[in-house]
Amino acid sequence: MGSLQRLKGMLLRHIYVLKSSWPRLLELIYWPLVQMVLWGFITRFFMGHSSWVAEAAGVLISAVLLWDVLFRANLGVSFTFVEEMWSRNLAQLFVSPLRPWEMLCSLMAVSGVRTLISVTPAAFLALPFFDVWIFDVGPSLMVFFANLLVTGWTVGLVVVSLVLRFGLGAESLCWLVIFLLAPISGIYYPIASLPEMVQIISWALPSSYVFEGMRSVLFDGVFRYDLLMGAIGFNLFYMTLAGLFFLRTFNVARRKGLLLQQGE
Amino acid sequence: MSDTSQPAISVSGLVKTFDDVQAVNGLNFSVPQGSVMALLGGNGAGKTTTLSILLGLLLPDSGSITVLGEDMVAHRHRVLPRMNFSSPYVDLPARLKVRENLTVYANLYGLDRISDRIAAIAEDLEISSLMTRRTGSLSAGQKTRVALAKALLNDPILLLLDEPTASLDPDTGDWVRSYLEAYKARTGATILLASHNMAEVERLCDHVLMMKAGQIEDEGSPRELIERYGRQDLEEVFLHLARKEAS
Repeated sequence: MGSLQRLKGMLLRHIYVLKSSWPRLLELIYWPLVQMVLWGFITRFFMGHSSWVAEAAGVLISAVLLWDVLFRANLGVSFTFVEEMWSRNLAQLFVSPLRPWEMLCSLMAVSGVRTLISVTPAAFLALPFFDVWIFDVGPSLMVFFANLLVTGWTVGLVVVSLVLRFGLGAESLCWLVIFLLAPISGIYYPIASLPEMVQIISWALPSSYVFEGMRSVLFDGVFRYDLLMGAIGFNLFYMTLAGLFFLRTFNVARRKGLLLQQGE
Repeated sequence: MSDTSQPAISVSGLVKTFDDVQAVNGLNFSVPQGSVMALLGGNGAGKTTTLSILLGLLLPDSGSITVLGEDMVAHRHRVLPRMNFSSPYVDLPARLKVRENLTVYANLYGLDRISDRIAAIAEDLEISSLMTRRTGSLSAGQKTRVALAKALLNDPILLLLDEPTASLDPDTGDWVRSYLEAYKARTGATILLASHNMAEVERLCDHVLMMKAGQIEDEGSPRELIERYGRQDLEEVFLHLARKEAS
């Protein structure tokens, strides 16, 4: 019960923040909507100019919405933590019985809530706007969603660890690091179209397996379990490393007194 | 902790170095249960470092720290539910309302009947009218009371306070000191505070550790220290010790 109640406390803390600030809520919803509209128009254009897009009209919009899951999951973890640093609340939290791993779980839970708030309106509005119903992807959508959530959390935990170690001067990493994955995850194009050397790196990313899997469903109507296994395997591996990295950094922070000095 | 003869805090051979700065240098002291002890010293004497180590926010280089019968380095999570902390140098989230902040921390401390507990402590600390206000919109004095409410939510048997009345006007400062006296009398809690306010220390504390350069320069009750150095008050003792080596 203790851990669950502390998790509830941390969830409440961030739900209160969201409740108290409509600009934050709007910001969460705004970018995925803009992205969806932008890629909707691009899709419309390519429908007449690209046989590849014409084969599966929803491929670009589905891709951008799933990318937003990854992006928002990362921001959900990293900004939730940075928020504690901005509000000079970190020391208060860690003199309470909250354990570091409970903090990790709470970051992921808050990230899940923020990601759902963020992408749900865009996913539903894609139908009236562009006649794309992303849920046509079927139950595999949940699998893709879950895997990208975990990948986003993993990147977020690495970022959080770096911000904890190097202070708020490193907070821009929250936005930057995730974009390293974008060109090599095959979001909008097949991995096979990348240079061979880059493909090797790409196939070591769980996100690549998800986007390839999405295209397989949309173009061929086939759910590929080999791609699912690849995504889950790499996610487990990287998530474990990221969790250990955070816990190690937390100990470094305790050794260096970083929990008390949270400026730049 | 059932054995009342055991000190609430026991520190032995505590050392902490930051790069080439020795913040705490072989500190030994113990705080008896039910006492109010002060850490006194100038800036950089090692008070905040000591408090941070006792709270588990900072790991020592060496030495042992036993808090409420537990090794604080190895088992801090067994102790943290029974202690609490307040400092003007850490905040509660400014955007959250006072009630929301207290609700969050009540959950973190694993309390039950949270609404009742918060209502009771709000009445006790005279902050009931502030419960729907954003924490960031409060005055320094109001924030101090709210921080104190957070620090007392779990009825701590050990309370660590870092400059509890810093930046408060004399009236509010006096109110806080009176409250702490009443809390101590009511609960028998142990209080360890770091302060620069000598009058506060004279009024509240049974025992004083005078710190300098990460070590204990002298210790005793306020009265003992004043008599030992033949001074009028603790402030004069502090100044004498602080300037001893400089002159």
